Amino acid sequence: MDDRVILRVGAKILIPFILLFALYVQFHGDYGPGGGFQAGVIFAAGFVLYALIYGLGNVKKVLPPRAVYVCSALGVLLYAGVGYVTMALGGNFLDYGVLAHDPEHGQHYGILLVELGVLITVFGVMVAVFYAFAGRRRVDT
Amino acid sequence: MIEFVDIALLVLLGITAFSIIRQKNLFAAVMMVGIYSLLSAGLFVVMDAVDVAFTEAAVGAGISTVLMLGTLALVGHSEHQPQHRPILPLFVVILTGAVLVYGTLDIPPFGDASNPAHHHVAPHYLEESEHEIGVPNVVTSVLASYRGYDTMGETTVIFAALVGVLLLLSLGPRPRRVFLNGRWITVAASEKDASKEGVRDVQEDSVQVSHEEEDSGDTNG
Amino acid sequence: MTALGLFNYWAVIFLMMVGFYTLIARGNLVKKIIGLNIFQTSVFILYITMGKITGGTAPIFVEGGEDVIYSNPIPHVLILTAIVVGVATSAVGLSLVIRIKEAFGTIEEDEIQDESL
Repeated sequence: MDDRVILRVGAKILIPFILLFALYVQFHGDYGPGGGFQAGVIFAAGFVLYALIYGLGNVKKVLPPRAVYVCSALGVLLYAGVGYVTMALGGNFLDYGVLAHDPEHGQHYGILLVELGVLITVFGVMVAVFYAFAGRRRVDT
Repeated sequence: MIEFVDIALLVLLGITAFSIIRQKNLFAAVMMVGIYSLLSAGLFVVMDAVDVAFTEAAVGAGISTVLMLGTLALVGHSEHQPQHRPILPLFVVILTGAVLVYGTLDIPPFGDASNPAHHHVAPHYLEESEHEIGVPNVVTSVLASYRGYDTMGETTVIFAALVGVLLLLSLGPRPRRVFLNGRWITVAASEKDASKEGVRDVQEDSVQVSHEEEDSGDTNG
Repeated sequence: MTALGLFNYWAVIFLMMVGFYTLIARGNLVKKIIGLNIFQTSVFILYITMGKITGGTAPIFVEGGEDVIYSNPIPHVLILTAIVVGVATSAVGLSLVIRIKEAFGTIEEDEIQDESL
């Protein structure tokens, strides 16, 4: 345990920046490379790093599996929900122009919301898949 | 200049791919797959696909490698020598490759602006996106707005894949059926309900992964 | 320029065939999934190659750039989502491999066949 001080301290320093960078990638995706898919994977990578160094049990205290499963479903729901809201407001499915008075602002809100949905789903799925793989014990045959 | 970088990266990709199939130690092969992903991410940058390169670097060199190492920790990392002679597969592969190369002779050369791929909806996206969507990154506007339906389907596929993984893995080890003395018998799994066992073991496993991969790197390097 | 123009496609075909060979000639299931990954990446490279325009730049608008040529964004969008979907489907494949290991005690194809005969 004690011989991994550098890994532990290094991860402690790195993880907040990884999560912050994921958020930057998410919200800067309109202006530079980035978006929900990349941000979700990077956000998940932060938690995977935590799990690799501090153990699966500790990361499950921070982020219970149930929360991860809820996340992965919630993102899809948010994405489809935006589509239904635009339909309720009189537009086509996923036609973001009706979300605000100015169609261009509506597009901005729409893109922000669906990218958020993608982020939540990708993050949830990646962490949940990692939990499923890492939580399994080897069966000696 | 860009052509040289392009060719160099493609040659490196070819060498890496070839050494992956030659590699008998699966840990080494998985690390090579990480290198392969990183090289292809570099190639995507050269090809102006910065968003794709970003994704490939994050997914291929990050999550994908971790998942494969997690699998290897469960299934073991040695590959047996194949019993069959590789003549037939080699013949099939060379034949298919030759047909594909013959097919490329009709493809318009790489990078030409008059290629048919650039003349359908792409000019519309590039010219109108700034007024219709107001987002400078065209990839984002096509992804989230013009082709929002498509992306919603992809998100659903990812979610469905998670459901599949959980159905396969969240049940814990099942009893094995073994063929012994001419009949099938059922052997109980040696460790039941691994997920409740706790923290320490998994931590040891994950650390073991990194040690073993170091070892394999030493022996092959 | 023509030979150079087709070099990318040939490299893609080489990578594709390496992946294909791994898929059909190797008996180890993890190796097969690695082969599938190589095959998949070669398809990604094919798409991105088709989107490239010589002298173009990444499809992100630059201030005041009227004469800038942008590469085709559509392949980028398709491949961007395909990469993430690819890792999710590989995860399904890998979990199948884990279950096969638990059920048969091996992940070598010929041994699985011997056992299930």
